[in-house]
Amino acid sequence: MTAVSQSGRALVAAELRRFGTFVLQELKPKGRVLTPFNVISGAIMLVAGVLLTIRFAKGLGAITNLSQDYPWGFWIGFDVITGVAFAGGAYVLTFMVYILGQEKYHPIVRVTVLNGFLAYVFYAGALLLDLGRPWNVINPIIGNSFGVSSVLFLVAWHFMLYMMAEFVEFSPAVAEWLGWRRVRRFLGGLTLGAVIFGITLSLLHQSGLGALYLMARDKVHPLWYSEFIPILFLVSSIFAGLSMVIFEGTITHKVFRHRVGAALHGSHDDIVVGLARIAAGTMFVYLFLQLLVFVHGQRWSYLGTGLGAWYLLEMVGLVALPAALFIQGYRSRDLRVIRTAAVLTLLGIVLNRLNVSVIGFKWYAPVRYIPSWMEIEVTLAVIAAELWVFRWVVNRMPVLGTAVGLVREEPSREARAGVLAA
Amino acid sequence: MDRRDLFKTMGAAAGTALVGGGLKAEEPSVSGVEPVGILVDTTKCIGCRSCEYACADAHKDAGVEVTDEVDFSAERVTDEKHWTVVNRYDTEKGTIYAKKQCMHCRQPACASACLTRAMHKTAEGPVVWTENRCMGCRFCMVSCPFDMPKFEYHSAVPRIQKCVMCAERLAEGKQPACVENCPAGALTFGPRSALLEQARQRIYAAPDAYVHQVYGEDEVGGTGWLYLASVPFAQLGFRTDLGTTPFPTYTREFLYAVPVVLTVVPPLLLALSRASRARAEAQTDAHDEEGNA
Repeated sequence: MTAVSQSGRALVAAELRRFGTFVLQELKPKGRVLTPFNVISGAIMLVAGVLLTIRFAKGLGAITNLSQDYPWGFWIGFDVITGVAFAGGAYVLTFMVYILGQEKYHPIVRVTVLNGFLAYVFYAGALLLDLGRPWNVINPIIGNSFGVSSVLFLVAWHFMLYMMAEFVEFSPAVAEWLGWRRVRRFLGGLTLGAVIFGITLSLLHQSGLGALYLMARDKVHPLWYSEFIPILFLVSSIFAGLSMVIFEGTITHKVFRHRVGAALHGSHDDIVVGLARIAAGTMFVYLFLQLLVFVHGQRWSYLGTGLGAWYLLEMVGLVALPAALFIQGYRSRDLRVIRTAAVLTLLGIVLNRLNVSVIGFKWYAPVRYIPSWMEIEVTLAVIAAELWVFRWVVNRMPVLGTAVGLVREEPSREARAGVLAA
Repeated sequence: MDRRDLFKTMGAAAGTALVGGGLKAEEPSVSGVEPVGILVDTTKCIGCRSCEYACADAHKDAGVEVTDEVDFSAERVTDEKHWTVVNRYDTEKGTIYAKKQCMHCRQPACASACLTRAMHKTAEGPVVWTENRCMGCRFCMVSCPFDMPKFEYHSAVPRIQKCVMCAERLAEGKQPACVENCPAGALTFGPRSALLEQARQRIYAAPDAYVHQVYGEDEVGGTGWLYLASVPFAQLGFRTDLGTTPFPTYTREFLYAVPVVLTVVPPLLLALSRASRARAEAQTDAHDEEGNA
């Protein structure tokens, strides 16, 4: 054994030790542990832990109100179907920045991609809680039983691939955090491919979630069922995602003020105003589509019913109104109005997805499904867990106000000049 | 670098196309095998529920049970422990009994909904469920127009439960248990096409005794179970608004769009990205020159 290899090994060992200490150090919480948020969300997660133990020991019926008439309830309707629509901001923003080259929005790409990634991991991950036989979840993946005629097969594959694509899009931030420069450059080179892949996948699975209901045509209330559900889901995911970006940005900027980079600090208001305009535009497209579907489906007769009023509340109060507010907020550069519009829009999306999947589903059934408190509790725990991970990442990695890198901007001219000067 | 991007995009497109390419939206019709079915003549049913007892007896291992005392006043539905139920209907022609169970569609919504092929239609005719494939997503339940697949909500290892047309007995050359045990001769087992002819024959022979329709002949593209009745089928609790289109057709158009999107969109995005990048670079260069000057 030569001296060279020995010293090399020692170097590697030292490097590994340094890396280990760094990661261990980073794993520790930063800041006060016993904050009201931590205590409450921690308690919610503990309770959910107990509930889920019961659920896996005794079956879904032990903690959910699901029935033979309502095989899909709040966990699917809200966690998965609504959650994925909310996560649409990632594909919309990466499209605007990497495909259309709107650099103005670059500072919020990273946090949006992180949010999208975590939303898929947690909310699509919540699907596992709802599966009766989750140990078979790999069956459609490993190929012993490809149900290729199933829309759910497509959605399942796309969820998985999209999570990977989003992780690749976000991975430069991880490499920067770990100080791995070469890896960072390699990962940065994958970004455009991942973005293109991710947008394509999103187009298909955002609409695919709507296509799940194409065979439930006689079960979904006629005000919400139409052959155009996939298109409606896709278009609404655009402004759902943008509204979530606005909403989440407002909170993030308050809570993580110390982590916000200069680039984002300066342009944040401009970005929000710009997003408001785009959201409004897509909402008008959506409203027009809904109007066509309404006329085409001859839905007039349903408007007089209770669900008709409910439908009008969704379309007028929670789509048309916030669209108008977005426009007004954009014109007057009033962030308060824009945020109000974003919240209303998000409520409208929750309502729409639940109207298709739960409220309008088997509206004729004698016994209606209402989620149990335990289903809602577990959902809150999933959200809490996601927020914990989000906070952990944002407090450590360069997320806010820094850009997800492409090869073309890395290493930059300034950086090279800096190296030369040093 | 441009070429690398192109390759990456093409790789991405090919990858998605491979995993997304699900064009086959229906079960194959296997040539040479005539699918079987069961004809129910509700004018003959006496409501004795022998079929329920026979079903429970034949499927004890699957957990099927039978309820001894039955109050016919409310319409009963099948559930995870009762694969078939007999209902009593008060109609314009008096009391009529009708047995309900999975209809064993020719192109089943449940099977095309199943992403693991746990639910599938056999060439012989029965729609059956394979335990070790199912992941319990219950999309079959959402999709079935007759609401027949049922789920064991109170089990840690839940199964999807429904009538399997005694596929295991058919394999042994026997008839389904309910057919064999029907004392009234209301149930007839045989090749579906033969059953259809027999059903029409009965209508022709006694045109006043039957409505001139065989429920299941065309509904949702045809079902394995066929029904004869003396009153309109809506009076016997049958859904008459399901149409004659096979349910897998409703998702086929969407699935057809998948490979198109997967192959057309990525190159389009790449082209857009390159165009906007070229424009941005031209602008930056112009800026740089101004700055240097």
